[in-house]
Amino acid sequence: MVHISKRLRMPVAQAMAVRLGAIALALLVCGIITTLTTGLNPLDVYASMFDGAFGTERKFWVMLKEVAVLLCVSLALTPAFRMRFWNLGGEGQVLMGALVTAACMINLADLVPEGLLFVLMLVLAPVAGALWAAIPALFKARWNTNETLFTLMMNYVATQLVAYSIIKWESSKGSGKVGVINQSSNVGWLPAIGDNKYLLIVLLVALVCVAMYVYLAHSKHGFEIAVVGESVDTARYLGIKVNRVIVRTLLLSGAVCGFTGFLLVSGADHTITTTLAGGAGFTGVMVAWLAKFNPFAMIGSSFLLVFMEMGADEISTAFGLNHGFGDILTGVILFFIIGSEFFINYKLNFQAKEVEAHV
Amino acid sequence: MFDLVGFIPRAVAQGIPLLFGCTGEIITEKSGNLNLGIPGVMYVGAMSGVMGSFFYESSLADPAQFNALLGFLIPVLCCLLGSLLMGLIYCFLTVTLRANQNVTGLALTTFGVGFGNFFGGSLIALTGSDVPSIALGTTSSVFRTTIPVLSGLGWFGEIFFSYGFLAYLAIATALVASQVLLNTRVGLELRAVGESPATADAAGIDITRYKYIATCVGCMIAGLGGLYYVMDYANGVWSNDAFGDRGWLAIALVIFSVWRPTLAIPSSILFGGLYILYLYIPTGSDSAIREIYKMLPYVVTILVLVVSSMRNSRENQPPESLGLPYFREDR
Amino acid sequence: MAEKQLAVRMRGITKDFAGKVLANDNVDLDVYHGEILALLGENGSGKTTLMNSLAGIYFPDSGTIEIDGEKVSIASPKDAFDHGIGMVHQHFKLVNVFTALENIVLGINDGGKYDLSAAAEKVRQICDTYGFDVNPKQKVCDMSVSQKQTVEIVKLLYRGVDTLILDEPTAVLTPQEADRLFDVMRNMRAEGKSVIIITHKLNEVLSISDRVAVLRKGTFAGEVLTAETNAQELTDMMVGHSVSLNIDRPESRPRHRMERIRVKNLTVRDHEGVTKLDDVSFSTYNGEILGIAGISGSGQKELLESIAGLQRPESGSVEYVVNTVGELEEVEQLVGMDPVKIAELGIVLSFVPEDRLGMGLVGNMDLADNMMLRSYRNGTSPFVDRKAPRQLAERVVDELAVKTPGIDTAVSSLSGGNVQKILVGREIASAPTVLLCAYVVRGLDVGSSHLIYDLLNRQKGNGASVVFVGEDLDVLLELCDRILVLCGGKVSGIVDARTATKAQLGLMMTKMEGGEA
Repeated sequence: MVHISKRLRMPVAQAMAVRLGAIALALLVCGIITTLTTGLNPLDVYASMFDGAFGTERKFWVMLKEVAVLLCVSLALTPAFRMRFWNLGGEGQVLMGALVTAACMINLADLVPEGLLFVLMLVLAPVAGALWAAIPALFKARWNTNETLFTLMMNYVATQLVAYSIIKWESSKGSGKVGVINQSSNVGWLPAIGDNKYLLIVLLVALVCVAMYVYLAHSKHGFEIAVVGESVDTARYLGIKVNRVIVRTLLLSGAVCGFTGFLLVSGADHTITTTLAGGAGFTGVMVAWLAKFNPFAMIGSSFLLVFMEMGADEISTAFGLNHGFGDILTGVILFFIIGSEFFINYKLNFQAKEVEAHV
Repeated sequence: MFDLVGFIPRAVAQGIPLLFGCTGEIITEKSGNLNLGIPGVMYVGAMSGVMGSFFYESSLADPAQFNALLGFLIPVLCCLLGSLLMGLIYCFLTVTLRANQNVTGLALTTFGVGFGNFFGGSLIALTGSDVPSIALGTTSSVFRTTIPVLSGLGWFGEIFFSYGFLAYLAIATALVASQVLLNTRVGLELRAVGESPATADAAGIDITRYKYIATCVGCMIAGLGGLYYVMDYANGVWSNDAFGDRGWLAIALVIFSVWRPTLAIPSSILFGGLYILYLYIPTGSDSAIREIYKMLPYVVTILVLVVSSMRNSRENQPPESLGLPYFREDR
Repeated sequence: MAEKQLAVRMRGITKDFAGKVLANDNVDLDVYHGEILALLGENGSGKTTLMNSLAGIYFPDSGTIEIDGEKVSIASPKDAFDHGIGMVHQHFKLVNVFTALENIVLGINDGGKYDLSAAAEKVRQICDTYGFDVNPKQKVCDMSVSQKQTVEIVKLLYRGVDTLILDEPTAVLTPQEADRLFDVMRNMRAEGKSVIIITHKLNEVLSISDRVAVLRKGTFAGEVLTAETNAQELTDMMVGHSVSLNIDRPESRPRHRMERIRVKNLTVRDHEGVTKLDDVSFSTYNGEILGIAGISGSGQKELLESIAGLQRPESGSVEYVVNTVGELEEVEQLVGMDPVKIAELGIVLSFVPEDRLGMGLVGNMDLADNMMLRSYRNGTSPFVDRKAPRQLAERVVDELAVKTPGIDTAVSSLSGGNVQKILVGREIASAPTVLLCAYVVRGLDVGSSHLIYDLLNRQKGNGASVVFVGEDLDVLLELCDRILVLCGGKVSGIVDARTATKAQLGLMMTKMEGGEA
């Protein structure tokens, strides 16, 4: 008979070992799945995935950029999650920031100097994201409206707004695409450092990461977020205005998402599509959760997920599979890591069914 | 002039996948599990059915050998099996291993959508077709069989009898689910598990068993929604990502239906209508505005969330322990 | 007793909760058919844990259980039912949105038809036999506490339970309701059932039980026949050695005795519109401990929260007297304030709430961060200062002898007494002029309780106005200067604790009678 009891606290190193073990096990299972479904040698597949992420310097920088973007969204979602506010609306908040950035680049490029354009984008994109997050937050604060579904629905509303704008802006009638914005003039493009066009994004996100860590761990706001997340009653007891904290935190959460939208449009893609965020709003939830909401640990977890994503792209071209395969592997790895938490939080005691007879 | 007779059957056809998903999620949530993996489950359900029927169709040397009964049973059973496995993964993680339900659900959706698209892509590659889709016309024609005489009754037949049998199964499932929840011992015990697992446990009810069964049955029902979508609504044509966000809408509909399967029937059809209403609104010269009309179901969902939270009546609340894992020795 | 048949025999029961003290250490217990057994012990002595092991909620780490001479393994409540054992927990295990009847039949599967009307008939029979009053159609969320308890008991009898365990059943009842419960218990005994009543109230033990088993700090301290014992002997068994409560009540003579908090015509309703406090008026003074007595749920919580700025009263006022010079008075109105605004006025008001880990502290935070809960706003910097709270944590650990591995330990992993020391330590660290505390010694051992009494007395000596909401009348009478008695949200009187008697307080807690101090 197995009896389960709660652990007090597992040492960090041991917990990490459990998680790494889970990942190793997951890769093994993924290998088996790969062989079964595709008939390929899993080692070839992994080698090819590795190649997809690290193969060339360009691929490596693309991966770093992807990590930075995913990390930035995850960082954005973190303060909300710490407060137990399930912000599944990262996708929409990123899109709103991106939409505003694109609008500035398209409509203002000829009207204002580039410096002012950047200032406008840097202010307006976070504002757009913040507003998009604040709407569900206000309703959550006032009427305790279910935020999980509200933020989720806001994603689709944002997607449709973008779709509408794309048709308005499309490069040639009926193409349904905006095309590269300011392709010849490069106005509003985030500058390359040296000839590396992604380095600035990586540096900016690194800055956000440190700032978010400091904010959560050492600021008064961060402390209030932690208290509200742990116990609303305690917050009330201390005179913390819970509603205000919810709205304030979601403004921040949305603003950082909006900033990510700016990075994507101005720094990486130089165009806008409805799938610009690429599911980062959802993947970010898992990145944040896997890292137990620690900003620095999130670097690792976003790295893992981006590696899977890019590796999957590589194998889909190399072996003629499609992108869905990467999602399957990601799903399997997530299942294992999620499951491994159990062995970190609980202890299994194996004992004989019959309690030993007394003398 | 608005073509109501043309509109209603399309709204119903749009609403049926939502109804399956919603009924499945209601049963799941009644056990205290909030399964955000439903979108993934519906993908897997659809894909499993497609695979079953694809291999059956392609195993026949001559299309004339097609057996209607097998052509129907194989996809349905494959669909149920695939969805069941998804339910088991979710339960093992959240019930046995007590993982966070939201994160597990999202991972399940990632996995399920990947599963659908990967195997969809593989099948498309197998057929070597030029278009990125698989057409299972023969199977679909079985699923789309309507009741012979009744469906020919003019507008009346059009509105009530123009659907394949899965549509009626969806409505029957919702009605049966409602009966079971309200008027049987199993329903009483299931509701107790979702409301207060500690109480149910003290009453000698096997919490784990109920959560597993309710969630797996819920997943199987939701999976049928995916199957209906491909085989009936989409005429047996699978193309990747076509199912879209219907799974999320199905989850949102649970709140709209205040956890009552009977209410899920009209609300699903209503949302099915909202989903395609944009096709019926004249756009004038500005075709972009159509994209704005497509927001309708989401905006209405938001309004519903807001209004129901404002009313906040004691009768229409989610199961009390929804989303929380249960551990008997938690003090 | 000799002719009575043994129903339950527990031997060597041991239960350990992840690293904390042994909740049960090698406990033996016998229960006979047709008797009322009182399981006596202080809070935290392991009574409930022991009974939970019998009822299948916990599975003991070691030990054996025999039912009617046969060794059994009880791994779940269902196993317990199958062996005729059922328990009414302190926190009722009822589904709020279900009716009484649905709750009663929940979990019963006799293989027959699901027939609620037949079940209703059987419930009526049970009610007639034992003298219960239950409306099967009523929803549990619309019931009073006593009605819910009745449903719990009927639920067990409906299942044909032979051994009923009642965990502190009178804690939530008025004396009249308790008497009615005792009548029912006697009826059950007459029907040959065994009733185990978990309690720490001696008068109940003496008036209702046939036999008493005593637990002390998780171990079995002995058993006696009720007819052959007395309160003194039971107390000795419970606490290990003979102690009178002997709580200090220093006479404090503030240089300038004055009113501190003046509550006038305070009325509070909860969000469902139920009146929790009804036209309450009283004053507290500096340098005194004012006790608040009453059955739990009589408005104690609302009263303290209204003073602390956590509740918005419907009407009435709460005034804080800053200073009086002759006839002149400087007064601040606290109604409409929140804790932050109150602090901004320079009023040092501390509050030890009833729910320590859910309200006063954050269980998952470490000691230092819990100290910071009160002080994190200090200063104008946007960042928190962790140095001062860490020092405070060190000091509290040191001065109050808190047993903890260090100040970086999460509070929730400490034992109840140590948790309370941290909370009280933090609240008095700011040298409050008003100290509100609710059930501050609940669940604490004798030593910790006395330490807390000393701390309160020291605050009183420093001129603070202490409001002490308590449940143990002996403690209230020995510790406080005056006692205000609440009954159903109304003040039924204020008495001088030096002259009042328990009987007088008991009467006032249930009726609108009593004296004026």
